[in-house]
This record gives sequence, C-alpha cells and structure tokens, in this order.
Amino acid sequence: MYTDKVLEYFRKPKNLGKIKDADGVGKVGNLACGDMMYLYIKIKKDGKKEIISDVKFQTFGCVAAIATSSAITDMVKGKTIEKALELSKDSIIESLDGLPPIKIHCSVLATEALAEAIYDYLSKNKRPIPESLQKKHDQVIKSNEILEEKYEEWVEHQEE
Amino acid sequence: MTNNKTKKKRVYLDYAATTPVDKAVVKSMLPYFTEKFGNPASIHSAGTEANKALEKAREIFANYLSCDLSEIFFTSSATESNNWALKGIARAYKNKGNKIIVSSVEHDCVLNSAKWLSQNGFEIEYAPVDEFGTVDLEKLKKMITKETILVSIMHSNNEIGTLQPVKEIGEICKEKGVLFHTDAAQSFGKMPINLKKVNIDLLTASSHKIYGPKGVALLYIRKGTLIEPLLHGGGHERGKRSSTSNVAGIVGFAKALELCLKEMQDEKLRQTQLRDKIIKNILKNIPNSHLNGHPKNRLFNNVNMRFDFIEGEALMMELDNKGIEVSTVSACASSTLQFSHVLLACGIEEKYAQGTIRISLGRYTTEKDVDYLLEVLPKAVEKMRKISPLNVENWKM
Repeated sequence: MYTDKVLEYFRKPKNLGKIKDADGVGKVGNLACGDMMYLYIKIKKDGKKEIISDVKFQTFGCVAAIATSSAITDMVKGKTIEKALELSKDSIIESLDGLPPIKIHCSVLATEALAEAIYDYLSKNKRPIPESLQKKHDQVIKSNEILEEKYEEWVEHQEE
Repeated sequence: MTNNKTKKKRVYLDYAATTPVDKAVVKSMLPYFTEKFGNPASIHSAGTEANKALEKAREIFANYLSCDLSEIFFTSSATESNNWALKGIARAYKNKGNKIIVSSVEHDCVLNSAKWLSQNGFEIEYAPVDEFGTVDLEKLKKMITKETILVSIMHSNNEIGTLQPVKEIGEICKEKGVLFHTDAAQSFGKMPINLKKVNIDLLTASSHKIYGPKGVALLYIRKGTLIEPLLHGGGHERGKRSSTSNVAGIVGFAKALELCLKEMQDEKLRQTQLRDKIIKNILKNIPNSHLNGHPKNRLFNNVNMRFDFIEGEALMMELDNKGIEVSTVSACASSTLQFSHVLLACGIEEKYAQGTIRISLGRYTTEKDVDYLLEVLPKAVEKMRKISPLNVENWKM
C-alpha cells in the first residue's frame, strides 16, 4: 500500500520535534479525523531574503501523515519563504513516489501546516500577508470550523 | 507464529482476521480435488463418494451444535450466511411484519444487509449496548413489537471480543415469538454451542476463522423456519442454496472443527492466560492505555487496547516493522476513513480512541511471541508519542 519512501520517512522521521523559540508555528488538523500537525519554523534574514533556517514537526496521525510532514520539512529547509510557499501537495507526493488516493489529504494538511507557520511568522511581525496566503489561511480556519461543527453534531446525534 | 524461513521475525497476532489452514486440514481436503473430485449431486459412484464426504462433514457440525443434519446449510462465507439470514427471513416473513432488530455492534455484513433492507420496505432498529459492548436486554425487550420478525445479534464481537448474553436473548425472542439469528463467526469452535439448550433459530459460522480454508461457511436454520433462498439454481442444499457443493472446502471446514473441539478446553485455558498476561502487562507498563470491551466476558483470544495521544495505523505499522502483525480500527486505516462503529456504540468518543489496536491470539501463538510483543509494544507506543504533539497536558482540552 505504501511506497518504500513513505515507509522510510515514517520509520526514520527527519526534523522531528519542537522548536522552543520558533518564529512561526502552524497547527492544523483535528483529532476527530485522526490527523494533527504542528510545524515550527525558524527564520534567518539574509539581506532582503528570509530563509527558513530550521524547521521541525510533530504529528498525530497515520503513516502517511507522519511521512508527509517529515518530507515537507526536508523540502523547505534552507528555502526562502516565497519558494516554500510555492511548494504544492503534488511535489510532496512526488517526493514520496506517490501516496494511496485515500491519503492525499495528508499531503494537503502538510502544505497547510507550512502555510500556517509562515502566516504566523508574518502576522506576528506585522508584515503584509500575500493575498494567496491570506486565502489559504481563511480556508484552513473555515474548514476546521466545519469539521468541528460536523463532529459536534455527530456526537449529539450519537447521544440521542 | 514465528516464521523461521525468512530472516525477519514474524509474529502473527491477527487471528480474528483470519487463521492459517492447519496442515491436517489441508491433508484432509487434498483427495477431494483430485481422485474424489465428483459432484455430490451426481448419482454415479464418483458423485456418491463425494456426497458421502459432504454428509459426513454435515454430521460433524450437527453433532457440535446438537442439531439435525437437515438444519445445516453450507455457504461460501459468513457474509453470505448473514446476508441470507437477514434477507431470506425478511422476504419469507414480510406478511407478518416489517421490523428487524440488529445490535449496533454487528459486523458490517449484517449492518449493510440491514441497511439494504431498510431501503426495501423494512424498518431496522438498532439495539444499544453498554460501555463494554454488551446488548442491553431490558431495552431489547422493549424494542420488540408485534411487527418485529427477526432479531440479529452476534454471538461475540469481532473487534472488542465481548460475548453477548445469547441465552437470555434467545429466551426473550422465544417469549416474544420472534426469530433469533446470531453471527457466531468469532465464537464457533471456541466454545460449546448447544442449540438444544439455547434458543437460536439461525446461526452463522465460518471456516477460515478456525484454521479451515477460506470460501466456506454455514448457516444453521432451525427446522420449520421459512427462508427465501438468495441463490436460485439446481436446488442444492435441499433447494435452499443452489451452487455445486464446495466438497473439498466443506471437508476441510469439518476437519478444522474437529481439531478445535479436540483442543478446546486446553486452548481456552492457554490462550486466556496469554490474553490476560498481555492486558495486565500493558495496563501496568504503558501509561495512558485502556482496555476496550468487557474485562472478563470476552473471547479468550481477544485483546483490544487504546493508547492516548497516538493513532492506530501508525502504531500498527511500527509494530509491523518489528515483525508483529496486529490490526487497527482507526479512521485513518479504514478504506472509508470511518471510525469503528463498535467503539462508538460503546460510548467511546472517536477523538480519543484513534490509537486503538486489536491483538488476537491463536493456536500457534506461543508465550515467547507474547513476550516479544510485550517487549516491542511499549517502545513502539513511546516512539509514536514522541512524534505526536499531544500529551497529558493538551489531551482532552
């Protein structure tokens, strides 16, 4: 079911852990659907460029969730913020030699975690937020609210 | 079961999913593929020879269940038997009523048959269970009305191993005048089932759960019970289930049952000890771990545990990496991303039960296998917890 690359990232996750004095933190996902990712970034300025000098993750979730979060940290380390934001779910999937169709949402979650970490960094530093990032952020917030609502409704329904 | 041929250690602890076919079972089947290949429906010598084997097998089942030979019907799977029991009874008794009661912890093949019936004019009601997965008898009693034609409640649960009070359910059904079907796929061959003493009208059993081949199962139907066939054809199985008989499979199924009966008492004792050793050890040595299902009233080979802060598929795959094969019911691991309906029915909140795995023991599980599991599992849980952002502080916020 999983490719060797996925299993490799799962068995030996890279950049695992927490950055205590992180410049930006992205928290996405939801316990109820079984995936939760925390992504921490450290930013270093190099002239005008802002580079992700360190990145770490913590994930609650399945093999694919752990592998995709580990893979994305590998891919963005040393990249500028702009370049990191260009990273798509497809390039993560490609770097893993593919994901089972039902697990594609894990790669989406990983890109969202990264976007949220960058959003957190920019807004903490009162910096302008690129339009596309703002859109993505709003989407994450909204979809999480919908999930929460659905879950609450569902729990109530079960209790009836 | 440790496989020495490959270098990697392999400890199979998923016997509730399926079992290896016993070598003696394979041996008993082989002649029926080649020299004794006849069709039991043929009346020449080859057919008679095959038919004798078929009827001898039927006798073994009838003896075990204390029922009549004519009450055993061979099918291709527990799924078929359960589909047949629900749909066949529904159609045969539709003039009596349109209500069917199933428990909320049934196997998917019962639940989805019931769902199909609900789209075809029948009303399905779900009997609730308590925190251990045991059907609430008082509530069940109240649910049965004069429109009810069938109650289908499993003998024991495939996920959490909880044994249902089938004797009492049988009495309630008898008193209320409704038919009682039980899916005994997980119990069959593991404990005595005496149909003279327990009121059961229909019972499902499967071969591959008891070291027999896949593709064979049976449905017991009490004499006098009306049932519509699912499969129409040449009139096999006394006109109730057409299809050329799977002679080799049925012979193997019967042999498998014989072997189970021979060792039943010893295996019950042995596996209960191993089961309880695992449960005790995990609860003692792995913090924030919980047992799902009934602490005592459970299948002797079933352990079902949940671990806080982590997810089941990842834990299962980490164990697999160490050569231990178990199963999980986490949403992530299912083909539909749906969480276990059994745990939900027990009132366990989905959010907090994603880290659930089922460990099921069997004939070839040794003490050494169990010790290996108990050595590896705490480390695997620890590793997954290191990856997870969740811990005692932010859990259940």
